[in-house]
Amino acid sequence: MASNTRDSLQAHSSSLEWRDDIFRPDDFEDIDVYRSPGPDLQRESISAWRDAWLRLKSNRMAMFWLTILLIIVIMSIVGPLLTPYDYYTNDLMNTNKPPSAEHWFGTDDLGRDMFERVWMGATISLRVGLFAALIDLFIGVIYGGIMGYFGGRVDEIMNRAAEILYSIPHILIIILLVVIMTPSLFTIVLALGLTGWVNMAWIVRGQIMQLKNMDYVMASRSLGASSARIIFRHLIPNTLGPILVTLMLTVPSAIFAEAFLSFLGLGVQSPAASWGTMISDARSAMTVFPWRLFFPAAFISLTMLAFNLFGDGLRDAFDPKMRK
Amino acid sequence: MVRYITVKLLYMLFTLFILATATFFLMKVIPGNPFLGEKKLPTQIYNNIMEKYGFDQPLYKQYLKYMNNLIHFDLGTSMKSTHLTVNKIIHSSFSNSAKLGIAAIIVSIIAGIGLGIISALYHGKVIDHFTSILAVIGVSIPSFVIGPLLQYFLGVKLGWFHVAGLKGPLDYIMPTITLSALPIAFIARLTRSNMIEVMNAEFIKTAKSKGLAKSFIIYHHALRNAILPVVTYLGPMTANIITGSVVVEAIFGIAGLGKYFIDSVTNRDYTLIMGVTLFYAAILMIMRFCTDVAYVFVDPRIKLSGREGNA
Repeated sequence: MASNTRDSLQAHSSSLEWRDDIFRPDDFEDIDVYRSPGPDLQRESISAWRDAWLRLKSNRMAMFWLTILLIIVIMSIVGPLLTPYDYYTNDLMNTNKPPSAEHWFGTDDLGRDMFERVWMGATISLRVGLFAALIDLFIGVIYGGIMGYFGGRVDEIMNRAAEILYSIPHILIIILLVVIMTPSLFTIVLALGLTGWVNMAWIVRGQIMQLKNMDYVMASRSLGASSARIIFRHLIPNTLGPILVTLMLTVPSAIFAEAFLSFLGLGVQSPAASWGTMISDARSAMTVFPWRLFFPAAFISLTMLAFNLFGDGLRDAFDPKMRK
Repeated sequence: MVRYITVKLLYMLFTLFILATATFFLMKVIPGNPFLGEKKLPTQIYNNIMEKYGFDQPLYKQYLKYMNNLIHFDLGTSMKSTHLTVNKIIHSSFSNSAKLGIAAIIVSIIAGIGLGIISALYHGKVIDHFTSILAVIGVSIPSFVIGPLLQYFLGVKLGWFHVAGLKGPLDYIMPTITLSALPIAFIARLTRSNMIEVMNAEFIKTAKSKGLAKSFIIYHHALRNAILPVVTYLGPMTANIITGSVVVEAIFGIAGLGKYFIDSVTNRDYTLIMGVTLFYAAILMIMRFCTDVAYVFVDPRIKLSGREGNA
């Protein structure tokens, strides 16, 4: 039966050339009413988290980039131990050496080992990404939670305030804040966190607005639960999926912002080196010593790629619309 | 419609007012000023400078004066190049930035929508995977990596373009690519997913069943609906291009507003910092405003009201 329908469809479509996609074979599902097992009622129940994890695990692309991410994280810790050098000691006899057996990624203009410095950059980028995302999470969840839960006047006023912050170019505020507080890793993270939470707040707000009218929330309220309890025990745990996805996609933009500031000379100060600083330093001598540009450029691109693609996979895993 | 636009404009002015106030007080919070730098100035000269910039006045008077000047579009005098007003600096440098920015916006829209449509029409085929990879790369590789790499390969190795400067029309190519890589990727992804969704919609199936030509369906039914959301991206895109231009102008040695902004920050030229920040914010807000209004025109389903949707 099934193959007949499909064959006749294909025969039909081939006669009419472009129409092969009017109705595709998967628009039809052949169900043998008598033998179809129907909905599988015996299926073991699985939690939403396990469900998401199963879907994530079957997404080979996402798992691949998760592995790359883990390798970068591990190397940022282990990498510096693999060579006898460190990231800050100048060696003026060995400046601008190309990659070799002694210096795997070559050396920079002060003879510092680039392999060490690249992993130093990784540590900085990952730390910035992590802490900026945590500040986003903290402010965004509380702010968004309050907006979504109380709604009405409170929501309107808080939303206006968030919109004002959102309508100003972020990088400008970050630059202003960093200049005022003198550039350092701490100020960058703080500036990123203070400006970046609006997105998170809006996502949490939207989720909470949907969830707060659910029956189980009503039940909890009628049992006398306080607002805080309802927000933190019921609503937020149920929005963790979208929060996690937003968090994962915040990290690469924080990494970008830090490297951007460092590139402009407003980032971490010497001898510490971020990928942005290294790229900026390497530019002046790019024609002669290109490897000084390539290694940090490759690693920041790879890291951002990994976070973006893993984040995409994570979103697919949590998005019920993707469910088959 | 009039009410909608008036309310939007009022919010814009209010936001600018808040930003101006915030930057003003932020600048006052910082200890010291640009004149307490490298060499110590004789007290008399220092006092004269303070008087010139009105720093000897009480804070509220300074604030009122600043606001009064702002209303008259006077952004003050630069603290580093004391013979130049901020208005003059913006006026002379913005044309370079604007030319690059507009070039980047046009390229992004055309290339982004084009790539998005192609990959949606060949959904799941090799070309779709290829554009998807391209889009992810565009999102992930920062402008300050693309720029130097282009300079190295196209400028130095192949010698096709000048490494820096903005003298001939060819010199626009590398900065424009650097600036538009991110927006192209975003628009392509957005167009692709919208187009795929629209192509599966009931009304497209109806059109197909009626026997309409494929090209007709794509142009008259699918495309219109698929590129609508791209209009909403215009605001964020402007923000991206402003951010990008700061880096691109530094990389390619272009005397634009972004370069002045960075100079003003490193020189701690407070009036210039405040002026450029406000100017950038105003451009971004105007773009967002135009987007909102344009969206109402292109999508008749949106109902006009002074308030934004409470979804």
